[in-house]
Amino acid sequence: MLTLFGVAIVVAGFLARFNPLLVVTVAAIVTGLLGGLSLAHVIAAFGKAFNDNRFVSLAFLVLPVIGLLERGGLLERGRMLIAGIRAATTGRLLLLYFMLRQLSAALGLTSLGGQAQMVRPLIAPMAEAAAEVRVGALPDRLRFLIRAHAAGADNIGAFFGEDIFIAFGSVLLIKGFLQQSGIEVQPLQLSLWAIPTALAALAIHGTRLFLLDRWILREAVSREAAMLEGGQ
Amino acid sequence: MIRLEAVYWLAGGLFAIFAVLSALDRANPKRWGNTVFWGLFATSFLFGSRLGDLANGILVLAMVAIAGFGGLGIGQPATTSAQERNASARRLGNWLFAPALTIPAVTLFGALVLKSVKLGGVFLIDPKQATPISLGLGVLAAGALAAVLLRPPPLAAFQQGRRLIDTVGWAAVLPQMLAALGAVFALAGVGGAVGSLVSHALPADNRLAVVCAYTFGMALFTMIMGNGFAAFPVMTAGIGLPLIVRKLGGDPVIMASIGMLSGFCGTLMTPMAANFNIVPAALLELPDRYAVIKAQIPTALLLLLANTLLMYFLVFRF
Repeated sequence: MLTLFGVAIVVAGFLARFNPLLVVTVAAIVTGLLGGLSLAHVIAAFGKAFNDNRFVSLAFLVLPVIGLLERGGLLERGRMLIAGIRAATTGRLLLLYFMLRQLSAALGLTSLGGQAQMVRPLIAPMAEAAAEVRVGALPDRLRFLIRAHAAGADNIGAFFGEDIFIAFGSVLLIKGFLQQSGIEVQPLQLSLWAIPTALAALAIHGTRLFLLDRWILREAVSREAAMLEGGQ
Repeated sequence: MIRLEAVYWLAGGLFAIFAVLSALDRANPKRWGNTVFWGLFATSFLFGSRLGDLANGILVLAMVAIAGFGGLGIGQPATTSAQERNASARRLGNWLFAPALTIPAVTLFGALVLKSVKLGGVFLIDPKQATPISLGLGVLAAGALAAVLLRPPPLAAFQQGRRLIDTVGWAAVLPQMLAALGAVFALAGVGGAVGSLVSHALPADNRLAVVCAYTFGMALFTMIMGNGFAAFPVMTAGIGLPLIVRKLGGDPVIMASIGMLSGFCGTLMTPMAANFNIVPAALLELPDRYAVIKAQIPTALLLLLANTLLMYFLVFRF
């Protein structure tokens, strides 16, 4: 039970907004020591897992290409493109991306999206531009909200699509775990039972993205009203 | 055969260049902090496989010491003006999207096709690591295309990459740090402690209570561990299998599938899933590092509720 102290450190540290690297390091050392490991053992275990998980950081390889394209006007081009499509609103654009992301993930094509590859250079600036076309210059609060929703659409679409794909890691993990416990299941059965949740995610998040357009308009209207009042 | 290690060398080389360019950037008052930090990250990619566990651990501690106490600044490489970018966007038109879309296209091609290509009886790329290797190939292809299209000055790509990695800053290593924390948690037996805590405090014959304990427990423990894969074995061994399946006769497939997806709802709500929630906030230059999580919480909670109802109504029926 004492080892749960490390969990408490993580929760408190993140809530207090200390630098997360410090929080994680302190929590790891405290947990390890309370769990009966020596300091050197904890540091070695920590270093080994850090090293084994380097593949997580390979997404940063795309940054020079993305940066180069941004230098050449990628964000500006995205805005021009969206401004030319009258039907494009922030909510519809994000909904379309969300649905494509969920569908492609369900077919095992998770590498078609991604935060560094798609959201930062393409989806977020286009979603912002679509709002600018409709309501003019965006206040920071709204601009940041739209960007956060662009990131959210990528995550939620991927999470609740990929489990439908029979070779996805979590499907194989579940199969392996149940097998160890003496229960044989087929990956296809697991995939099929991921579909109800995928549909629920589509309904819930789709509705929220649909409502995002109204929220943007309302924000813009109330801002104009405030400006008129301020002018009197 | 191209192995994952080759992609690590690519990343190591890139971060080494970031380190050198940081050292030359007099506009950044903390340039030496950036130099050492990205230099250590480059070392990890280049030599991590040969350093040994303790040395890797000390390397991580050194990175934490720099970033944790505000030692990182943000580089200010020269870039184009708004007018230049607008002119370039008009001139190149939609061709600008081509390199950006090349990355996922090549990644996909590699992961689906190159994976099984053999030259002289040897796989061209390590089939077990097809996706990260293909990502590396995609970046190289996209970089070449962008260079032909844009004809930038020689170091521009690296300077622009440095601009972006500096905006991400310390968050760049957080996903790996959290994976490492998970490993220490596992060694110290945190999972077992949480599992026994939850299963002791539970009325074991009430279907709704047990299902709620499992789905909400999955979400909560996923929030603590930062990923559903770590939470699943603990919660399923503690609640799912003994109570829902064995005691109350629920279907193991439905229990496991919807249980895992309940964990994913937790992933949407936790800073511990840094690569999904914290790194994007940094990449999108959001001042609130929890902004992405806040945008996701309503969906996550509604979906957790939906999962709980789905499990309650389906798991005892099939």
